[in-house]
Amino acid sequence: MSLELLVGQIQIRERTGQGCVAENGFCPDWIADNLDKYWSPLLEHVWLSVVSVAIGFLIAFALAVVAHRRRWLTGPILGVTGALYTVPSVAAFLLLLPITGRGNGTAIVALVAYTLLILFRNITTGLRNVPAEAVDAARGMGLTDRQVLRRVELPLAAPEVLAGLRIAFTTTVGLATLAFFAGGGGLGELIYSEKAGTGGIRFQSNVVVAGGLAILLAAVGDLIVLGVQRHVARWQRVAQA
Amino acid sequence: MSDLGCGPAPQDLGAFHDAVDFLLSQRESISGGVCIGGLGEVGDLAASHMTLSLVAVAVAVAVAVPIGVWLGHVGRGEFLAVSVSNVGRAVPSLALLAFFVAFLGIGFTNVAAVLTLLAIPPILTNTYVGIRQADREAVEAARGMGFTGAQVARRIELPLAMPTIFGGIRTSAVAVVATATISPLANTESLGNPILEPQTYGDAGQLGAAIAVALLTLATDGVLGLVQRAVTPAGIRAGAHPRTKRLSLPIPRRAETT
Repeated sequence: MSLELLVGQIQIRERTGQGCVAENGFCPDWIADNLDKYWSPLLEHVWLSVVSVAIGFLIAFALAVVAHRRRWLTGPILGVTGALYTVPSVAAFLLLLPITGRGNGTAIVALVAYTLLILFRNITTGLRNVPAEAVDAARGMGLTDRQVLRRVELPLAAPEVLAGLRIAFTTTVGLATLAFFAGGGGLGELIYSEKAGTGGIRFQSNVVVAGGLAILLAAVGDLIVLGVQRHVARWQRVAQA
Repeated sequence: MSDLGCGPAPQDLGAFHDAVDFLLSQRESISGGVCIGGLGEVGDLAASHMTLSLVAVAVAVAVAVPIGVWLGHVGRGEFLAVSVSNVGRAVPSLALLAFFVAFLGIGFTNVAAVLTLLAIPPILTNTYVGIRQADREAVEAARGMGFTGAQVARRIELPLAMPTIFGGIRTSAVAVVATATISPLANTESLGNPILEPQTYGDAGQLGAAIAVALLTLATDGVLGLVQRAVTPAGIRAGAHPRTKRLSLPIPRRAETT
């Protein structure tokens, strides 16, 4: 009788989460009860990563097409994007604060800066690796420069472009965990949480779930782009077979 | 407050000016009672920042380079070398540090271990790739001269792979110096302290330290870039194409065929 009562009490205590947070443990019960609090940071994280990679892709793509036409621009663009890539993420978030203020925008500007080098390098390599015969043949058929780019060069460069997109997405998901420095939200806010009652960085339940979600997000994004890559580059598999 | 030996914080000079002033001259902290900033403290923080990074990168090199050389030499483990690098990119450093702190505790060793884990993938992958890409003809020539496997690895493949290996070390070192910023979360001193303790250091300290970290990272990249250039064997330096040069000798042609 008394044992049952005791067990009942323990469960009630764990359900409220007080014991778990106080003891700073890893408790599935507490996580199950608080799952909803991971939802909005996760969505924020997805939003930050997807928007940053999308904007980064548009910029890098435009730069790569320009550099493809004017080869001498490749060096300077690589230099600038490389320097942006070298600035540490935490520092970048903070350096932007006086200029753009706290919030999503600042986080996105910094994250976009990090995707540029990866995407630009992969798109230019992809365009450069297009067989000269294919381009010559297209020119011989009377295609204009723009048509050659859209119908021949870009489809043939797609696998490498998408490979760059995969790297950029996984990297961005990882860096977005630091977006809280710029007030950008995301899963990092849960991992590094100073709010009362959450036990700071050492609250194991938060660390495991939020960290795990970030890794899961990177993996899922990677798989989606990989799927697109397989679909776009069907000719490549045929050629290999 | 003059008994502290440092003056009060200057009036608002604009965010970046304030930050630079924090780096150069000591002032009283915004919460009062302690002196912060100035070249002395920033220098101390930078020194521990670099010690931490150096230990992490050194351990990573000691672990990853021999494994990469061996894997590349026997030509196995491509899957391992590549997937380690992919997984490494997906794991957020903050989550990794938080995981270590939550389950193993705080301190220098744990932070260094996290940074080492972060540094290993690029070094391992680059070493593997560098060794695999070593000129096969040079390797065959060495074999033909009676070099043993170990001699080929040490005297042919390793020197030829050096620029690629240092490329990996450079990538890792930059990532480590950048990430060491979050070490105060695990109670280890670095330039991250002013960044993570704005209640003591204020906005100027936060921004000043961010500038210092950025400069430190760019300097690390620059220095390792020079090392990378220095370890590149003369024969494979960009622009050195002895074969092309030999071929570009003028070839006499007959002016007319009869």
